[in-house]
Amino acid sequence: MAAVQAGKPSEKSRSATGSPLLSVKGLTKRFPGVLANDDVSLEIFPGEVHALLGENGAGKSTLVKCVYGYYQRDAGQFLVDGVPVDLRTPEDARRHHIGMVFQSLTLIPALSVVENVALFLPDLPALPDLSAIAREIQTLGERYRLQVDPWAQVQDLSIGQQQKVELLKLLLARARVLILDEPTRVLAPHEVEGLFEILRHLVADGLAVVFITHKLAEVLQSADRITVMRRGRLAGQLLRAEATHEKLIRLMFEKEVSSLSIVSPKADTPSDRPVLELRQASTQAAGATIGLEAIDLTIHAGEIVGVAGVSGNGQRELGDLILGELRCVGGTKTLFGNDVTRATIGELRRRGVSFIPEDPLKMAAIPFLSVLENMAVTRGDHYARRAGLGMDWAAVQQDAENAIQQLGFSLPLSAPARSLSGGNLQRMVIVRELSHDPQLIVASYLTRGLDAQSTSAAQRALLQAQQRGAGILLISEDLEELFLLSDRLVVMYGGRIVGRFKPEETDGYAVGRLMTGSQAEMHAAD
Amino acid sequence: MPPTERRSVRDRVLTGPLRHAATMATAFLLFGIILLLAGRDPVQAYRDILTSTLGSAYGLSEVAVTMTPLLLTALAVALPSRLGLINVGGEGQLYMGALLASWAALHLSQLPGWVLLPVMMVLGMVGGGLWAFIPGYLRAKGIVNETITTLLLNAVAPSIVSFFVFGFWHSPMDTNKTANFVAAARLPTLPGTRVDLSLVLGLGLLALFWFVMKYTRWGLEMRSIGGNPWASRRNGIPVARYLVVVMCVAGALAGLAGMAQVSGYYGVLLANFSRGLGYMGFLVSWLAGGSPLGIVVTSFVVAVILSGGNLLQLTGDVPYSIINILLAMTLFVVLARPQLSRSRRPA
Repeated sequence: MAAVQAGKPSEKSRSATGSPLLSVKGLTKRFPGVLANDDVSLEIFPGEVHALLGENGAGKSTLVKCVYGYYQRDAGQFLVDGVPVDLRTPEDARRHHIGMVFQSLTLIPALSVVENVALFLPDLPALPDLSAIAREIQTLGERYRLQVDPWAQVQDLSIGQQQKVELLKLLLARARVLILDEPTRVLAPHEVEGLFEILRHLVADGLAVVFITHKLAEVLQSADRITVMRRGRLAGQLLRAEATHEKLIRLMFEKEVSSLSIVSPKADTPSDRPVLELRQASTQAAGATIGLEAIDLTIHAGEIVGVAGVSGNGQRELGDLILGELRCVGGTKTLFGNDVTRATIGELRRRGVSFIPEDPLKMAAIPFLSVLENMAVTRGDHYARRAGLGMDWAAVQQDAENAIQQLGFSLPLSAPARSLSGGNLQRMVIVRELSHDPQLIVASYLTRGLDAQSTSAAQRALLQAQQRGAGILLISEDLEELFLLSDRLVVMYGGRIVGRFKPEETDGYAVGRLMTGSQAEMHAAD
Repeated sequence: MPPTERRSVRDRVLTGPLRHAATMATAFLLFGIILLLAGRDPVQAYRDILTSTLGSAYGLSEVAVTMTPLLLTALAVALPSRLGLINVGGEGQLYMGALLASWAALHLSQLPGWVLLPVMMVLGMVGGGLWAFIPGYLRAKGIVNETITTLLLNAVAPSIVSFFVFGFWHSPMDTNKTANFVAAARLPTLPGTRVDLSLVLGLGLLALFWFVMKYTRWGLEMRSIGGNPWASRRNGIPVARYLVVVMCVAGALAGLAGMAQVSGYYGVLLANFSRGLGYMGFLVSWLAGGSPLGIVVTSFVVAVILSGGNLLQLTGDVPYSIINILLAMTLFVVLARPQLSRSRRPA
């Protein structure tokens, strides 16, 4: 960042020029049983936003983690400014001005922004001058629209703000190549806009940005150059001007996929038989969870109720309340007319409640068990034989294979769950939770982390469950998905339901305003 | 994925035992240096230890005697460790088991052995189990970490035993021990040795532990909790109930070890009878990585060291406590070893 100059982004500076800042030549990386990167070559130029596009498991993350020295490459060469360098550790990478923002952010919640940034800086003196660092944070923040209060505690910041802190960390450490691993995955729609704005300011100053995604719209919106990966290899590279939706999809999937996100039309009108009823249900706020206040919600059989909201406004708590993970301190919860306010998770699951959590790795998967064992843990009573002395693994395998086939996924059943990619973990959880004819499904961020094909498979599976008469609560930040799938829509803000809609009677704008709280007071009354 | 499986099998067969051997060798090397500093010949000392323990039938039987309680106290650590629970309280649970078992031995002494011994076993397990219920319950409720409570309760249990021994149960001749147990309250021994039935019991329970963890529904659910307690709860496994029950079972195992000590080894309840058997079980379980076979092997090695230490004291003119240095070093080497097994995976 030696030659940065403040200034407005201009069209001229947006096009990549000169010699590459970073070159990757013939990179190969293998994991046991998987060739994650096969002879990949790539050049990153200053002043460009370089999108790395590909399906789940295409090798995008592995590629950038090799560049960052987080994984050690098996073969290949790296050049920074045309000079061969050895990037064996993240420290090496940082020394050569390469910085990375991981998918799961790496900030320490209990420390302030400035302390987090200071911890990351190379050769930090024994007595760090925090206020000097804070001033630098503010200067850089103003220049790149990364405004964050340097003295705020990280735990009080939203995910979007935390991502800004991650970027500030890299900028203060003089990074010239910024790698972002699926940065938009955790962001609300309006935050994504903001991020792209920031990226444009960054590259205007001669920095290079590499960002990973599998969302076509984002690529077309923000990238200067697009590299598509497929099964560990380079599938193609396009300049923004020559890229189209169809071209990119063809590169990603090797074949023409006509209409990926089209799912079968909505089912007949749902019955009026309620599956789940919440009456004035409330929970207590504790730690990072916010309290729910007087939630009234009914989910009928064969109905998908969408929950819109910016993350952190009580959607996770609503799912946990229904599942029984959070205690209902006021009000009642009934399932098929039976009071289950005090029922345990095990009891509810036995009555047909399924749960697809927002974070499959933390909240659903057991990393050290195999995929097959993960399939069995939610239904110990079902698969146990001889009063628990044995398990019917043949039946588990049979059920799992049927469900996997039905969804059109492919999963290695004997591999440990920890060896799966994020998308495959999500597939595993979807298979497990949708395969046993559930009566009530709570699905949070169903398609987060899934590529286009798996997204439509998961959505189809949800609609199939709906047609079989399941009641479904669909929590998402993807308004398009909510409008596409939901029969009814509720909006959450600050732990309350602030709006109820039929999707066909409203639009994204009205819902968005409620999500951000601009109309909260008005609607809280009804 | 066949390549992965092949590799992991080779890992288990080759590097597992090799790493254990290297660990032990490091500890022995360090201890050799200490012996040298103390002016002794380490090679001679090690040779003495080996000939005295493994060189004769008597020596071997004494090793078995030393090893017996370690099997149970190590199991009392290994079982909860599969759920991510750290039970440092084997010592206290052992004392409470011994206390209740001794009550039966002293007050129901007119019963025949085939009734009295099972009663003592059950009471021993109840004593240890109840003692472990306290930390298990507090942990399941999210009030206190079980490591702290089990450790603190270790200081309490021997005092309770002392209270009963000194206050009520001591024999007319002694103040610090009860009257000798009647024959019906003694565990049967292998003729001519001090090896008693609890050795078989320990080995059997270890085999049962292996079976339960590998094949049963409960084993699956326990491994699930150990792997990810948050996900397990959302998956509908009654995590809190498992935490309490498993802690109680672990306590019961340590309590059974206590019962075996007073009924088999001593035949009398002494105040402060255990010289750290519970802690030694903790060491064994850690060394063995919680695996049942590993516990058998490691208990054996530790038993050789312990019984060899007696001899070292007699002939080698070094204090017995030097053996504790060796054991402490072993634990240190185990805890300090690099974590090679966890390699990075693709995210």
